[in-house]
Amino acid sequence: MAKELRETIKEITTYHLKKKKSQVFGQNLTGVGWVAGTLPKLYEKDGVIELPMADVAGGGIVTGSGLVNRRPIYIIRYQGYNWFNCTFIVNYACKSKEIWKIPCPIFIRGISSEGNIGPVSGSSHISIIYKMPGIKIYSPMSNNEYKKVYKKFIKNTDVFYISEHRKSYSNKKEFKNKVKKNMDIILMPISITRFSAEKAKKILESKGLKVGIIHLVDLKPFRIESSWIKAIKTSKYGVLMTDNDYADGILRVLAHKLNEKTNKKINVLGLDDKTAGHHSSVDNLPPDEKKIIKNVFKIIKN
Amino acid sequence: MQKKFILEVFKKASLCRHFENEVFKRIKSDKIKFPVYLSAGQEYVPASIAQIIKEKKIKPLLFGQHRGHSIYLSFGGDVIKLINELKGKKSGCTYGMGGSLSIHSPKINMYGHDGFMGSNACIGAGACFSSKKPTIIFIGDAAIEEDYVLATLSWVSKKKLPILFVVEDNNYAVLTKKDERRDWKAKDVAKAFRVDSFDVKDDPKLIYKLLKKNIFKKPMLINIHTNRLFWHSGAGVDTQKVFDRHLMLKKIIGKKANIIDQNIKNKINNLWQKN
Repeated sequence: MAKELRETIKEITTYHLKKKKSQVFGQNLTGVGWVAGTLPKLYEKDGVIELPMADVAGGGIVTGSGLVNRRPIYIIRYQGYNWFNCTFIVNYACKSKEIWKIPCPIFIRGISSEGNIGPVSGSSHISIIYKMPGIKIYSPMSNNEYKKVYKKFIKNTDVFYISEHRKSYSNKKEFKNKVKKNMDIILMPISITRFSAEKAKKILESKGLKVGIIHLVDLKPFRIESSWIKAIKTSKYGVLMTDNDYADGILRVLAHKLNEKTNKKINVLGLDDKTAGHHSSVDNLPPDEKKIIKNVFKIIKN
Repeated sequence: MQKKFILEVFKKASLCRHFENEVFKRIKSDKIKFPVYLSAGQEYVPASIAQIIKEKKIKPLLFGQHRGHSIYLSFGGDVIKLINELKGKKSGCTYGMGGSLSIHSPKINMYGHDGFMGSNACIGAGACFSSKKPTIIFIGDAAIEEDYVLATLSWVSKKKLPILFVVEDNNYAVLTKKDERRDWKAKDVAKAFRVDSFDVKDDPKLIYKLLKKNIFKKPMLINIHTNRLFWHSGAGVDTQKVFDRHLMLKKIIGKKANIIDQNIKNKINNLWQKN
């Protein structure tokens, strides 16, 4: 029986602590829920380290651990905290290999979440660090994707930012791309919008449309495969990319990169350009299947 | 014993002083055109600590900030590599990437600085925690005001790490005096965090007395009052005369010091000419 993603993350973390003799840093780790059940019930003697509640200092302490090659895991419970937590990560850890030839490998688990969580903690916030050199960004949503990213980290000496989503932790399924020529439209979803995009695809296909789908996990470096280019170039209406970060960030950057390679229209659908409120009537949620379908028809109409 | 210690510190300080004087000349004559942070006047802080460490045969991790020439030289960093770094060569200690403010040396366990004041406090604490190696973190009287530095002091105290925080206190953040910025002393704040803390002048004898027995047994902060001879950045000297410990020690030690100082001056001058 397939296991939930949270179990895989827990197993990887246990392996990293026991076999790799590493450390896990973060705030409120050993408290209620153990990071939504993704952390084994271990303590400081096992390498699970509670950082002080000073967010900026915490990122610096983890950078120091990376600098002496302990390959720490750093858990950022809400990606909105990237503004504080990642200061020294992007300005020191990510640059260390290039400036001083001293690698500073860190496996950052940045967790995003949506829905009634308000103006501070919600959504993905990887756009703010995306532009910095020396960082690699992935957004795995399934067991195999997560394992693949971890294996890549172990063979690598860079800073890895793993953009997770709380709602993916119960996922047991794997995703499959549909990359074919002569599609009507191709969906390219990121993070939690991948689940909605899968649902949207089925509904659109039931309405007679030919819909391709390319799930984006490796966000930086963003490698565009030749099969994608062929599929996009021969598509009738181009691409719709979706994400749970603001549209004027990583989404438009990636869309532009695709546009340069294919000369096709790459549409984007992310969070609206507004602050999320706590109440559902004023929230700012990632595009669901209804919104994706609506946008696809808007693209076709235009 | 103490005479020998003072003489060794004097030699290190002399090396730092004449190195910085040579850099100063090159900034003045526009041979060095990028921002340079000179530490002349403050060299007795790293020189004294480096000599204590040498005598104790410890090789700690070193985390300095932007004003790091004297730390690098006092702890045994390669002089020629630093000259080459300031000349922007790939053979420099930081491969031409660091300039003056991000110098480093794996040989002496000195890690580079990223330019964010006080970042080395948190990063050094993390390195110490994860490696369990004794660590020295050099900051200034301005950097200790950074919130993340204060948070780090609290954490290292809780974890009882073998760290020495050295505050090089010249009373200025660029040109803003300490009493215009705060009403507290580094020593008192560190003490509130239960870190052993001291406030001393940059007199090698006093530094020796404080650190010789206690260093790296538990977290410690030493705020050392010192004077910088040149401006915050680049080549400039204020009209106001400041106390110069190097000249004072030269007078006290006498003829021997004059000879040592002159020899080091010539040596450094030659190295700058040749490289």
